[in-house]
Amino acid sequence: MIHRECGVFKTTYEADMALYPLPIARWTVAAIAVLMFLMLPLSVEEYYLSIVNLISIAVIGALGLNILVGYTGQISVGHGAFMSVGAYTAANFAVRLDFPFWLSLPLGGLMAAAVGAVVGVPSLRIKGLYLAIATLAGQLIIEWTINHVTFISGGVQASIEVPRPRLFGYTIHSQRHMYFFLLFFVVLALVGTMNLVRSRIGRAFVAIRDHDIAAEIIGINIFRYKLLAFAISSFYAGVTGVLYTYYLGVANYEQYQLVVSIDYLAMIIIGGLGSVLGSVFGAIFVTLLPILIRYAMEAFGGILFSASAVLNIIPNLRLILFGALIILFLVVEPEGLNRLWRNIRTYFRVWPFAY
Amino acid sequence: MLDVDWQFFVLLMSNGILIGLMYSLIALGFVLVYKATDAINFAQGEFVMIAGFVAAAFLGVYGAPLWLAIAAGLAGMVGFGFGLERVVLRRLIGRPIIAVVMATIGLAAILRGVGPLTWGAETKPLPLPIRDEPFVWGPLFIPPIQLVGAAVSIGFLVAFGWFFLKSRRGIAMRAVADSQQVAMAMGINVERYFALAWAMTGVVSALGGIIWGSLIGVDVFLALVGFKVFPVVILGGLDSIPGAILGGLIIGIVENVAAGYLDPYVGGGTKDFAPYVVMILALMFRPYGIFGKRIIERV
Repeated sequence: MIHRECGVFKTTYEADMALYPLPIARWTVAAIAVLMFLMLPLSVEEYYLSIVNLISIAVIGALGLNILVGYTGQISVGHGAFMSVGAYTAANFAVRLDFPFWLSLPLGGLMAAAVGAVVGVPSLRIKGLYLAIATLAGQLIIEWTINHVTFISGGVQASIEVPRPRLFGYTIHSQRHMYFFLLFFVVLALVGTMNLVRSRIGRAFVAIRDHDIAAEIIGINIFRYKLLAFAISSFYAGVTGVLYTYYLGVANYEQYQLVVSIDYLAMIIIGGLGSVLGSVFGAIFVTLLPILIRYAMEAFGGILFSASAVLNIIPNLRLILFGALIILFLVVEPEGLNRLWRNIRTYFRVWPFAY
Repeated sequence: MLDVDWQFFVLLMSNGILIGLMYSLIALGFVLVYKATDAINFAQGEFVMIAGFVAAAFLGVYGAPLWLAIAAGLAGMVGFGFGLERVVLRRLIGRPIIAVVMATIGLAAILRGVGPLTWGAETKPLPLPIRDEPFVWGPLFIPPIQLVGAAVSIGFLVAFGWFFLKSRRGIAMRAVADSQQVAMAMGINVERYFALAWAMTGVVSALGGIIWGSLIGVDVFLALVGFKVFPVVILGGLDSIPGAILGGLIIGIVENVAAGYLDPYVGGGTKDFAPYVVMILALMFRPYGIFGKRIIERV
């Protein structure tokens, strides 16, 4: 959203909090909407759309985690498990009771929110490292429970096949249909998050992040807002899990292990903590990274290594680059890709008279 | 019948004690760093794994003798500890806790990639000159390697106990842990002690990697023992070396006894589950652990 303005003359709080500070922002959003709703799905092959779909799912999860970590300042290493809660809840409702997706999806989200709030209870007493370890315990215990309780997991394989979502009599079976299906939820999540963080609740979250004791003294109910943050964040995670389940056609706990929690943490750190746009950048970046590495290695790896060596290199190189990027961003640019984007914008705002 | 049950229980207890002391060995590395630098090392399991990789590679791939492999593991880990502190962690001092947590998680990912990328993903043996047949003594059934692990653990406990109580450097390190600013004002080179703490963690991890590696073989799954570190240190107290030993013992006993009695009913996996239940209980009732400092920041 590169634009120029010739001064900031905001005289009301409404103007300061507006989603579109300038008319051009409205036009940019409209242009992006046309691009995403019309041009992209009509011009791109199914395979690339499937990648965009993965990104869409990741965007929702990253937004949810950012509400908790970036805005409220509470660490969660258990988001993968919250996603699995949503996934298995929705899958069980869809298969056993034959619920349509528009019922099983919010139910999955609500169940995840409830579980997330329970896991978040320790955040009332402890914080920082202790909270990170407590949520890690939550992740491992939920993983174990789903894997061992056949009532939830539906058998030995711990996977449940779900029917394709149906909407107005249409069944969503191609990636193109799935794209529109997911895009709707991405827009919902984006608008929801942007409105949440500028509302009373969002302000309370930020106050808790900045100094929880000070926040309590100015009258913010810490108990309520911390649990609310966990619940909202886990709701997003649950919805992410449900959407991923419908995308894959199967709910399987292996898709929601600790690695996934770490992937999502990496997204918001690389993208930028406490920023909506950063969550989107981070989700795109972390989702594309392994795909790009695979392409690069398949295209050029054969020159240097044998074919079997390339197969060994791809997953390991992904891990190394992934870890190195997390550390690089933490050390060099703690505010992430969002900050880089702002820097570019600020540079061009006064360009070519940058003095 | 009662007699058999009693023997089974003793067997579970003895296994638990020995495995627990081997967990303590790994937890010691975590505690050392936390005590001195307030940094949380989520990559402790990967430290152990990479040390095992280096030693196994020297032994198997390069054909070096055992003492050279152990020396290489130790030297590699000490150098790695120094370098890590210098390049990454020094820049993160004073940043929010999530920054350090995420940096060590990133480090864990790097190490998990580097190990198999450099030395191959297959499981490598790390044979130590210790006999394989276990000692059988009544109901007890003790593999010698676990005895070695327990002995090394207790050896470290004694050595670190002496180091922190009596030696000049140890006292300086406690001063740094207590208050970095005051330590600096008293003329202690804080950054040097940070580096020293990471190097000491390197030593502990290297021995842990060699002993654990010879017990279960060296591959990426060796890093999974790192998951046992958190229950151990939370239970014992994050900054307490005796706590790491006692926490290790309790976790080892709990997971063995729980696995022995519950696994038949729930279909396995209790070993990974029970320690975390104990840890959550500890977090609820005594979050600073058995021996930890009582200043856990509350809300």
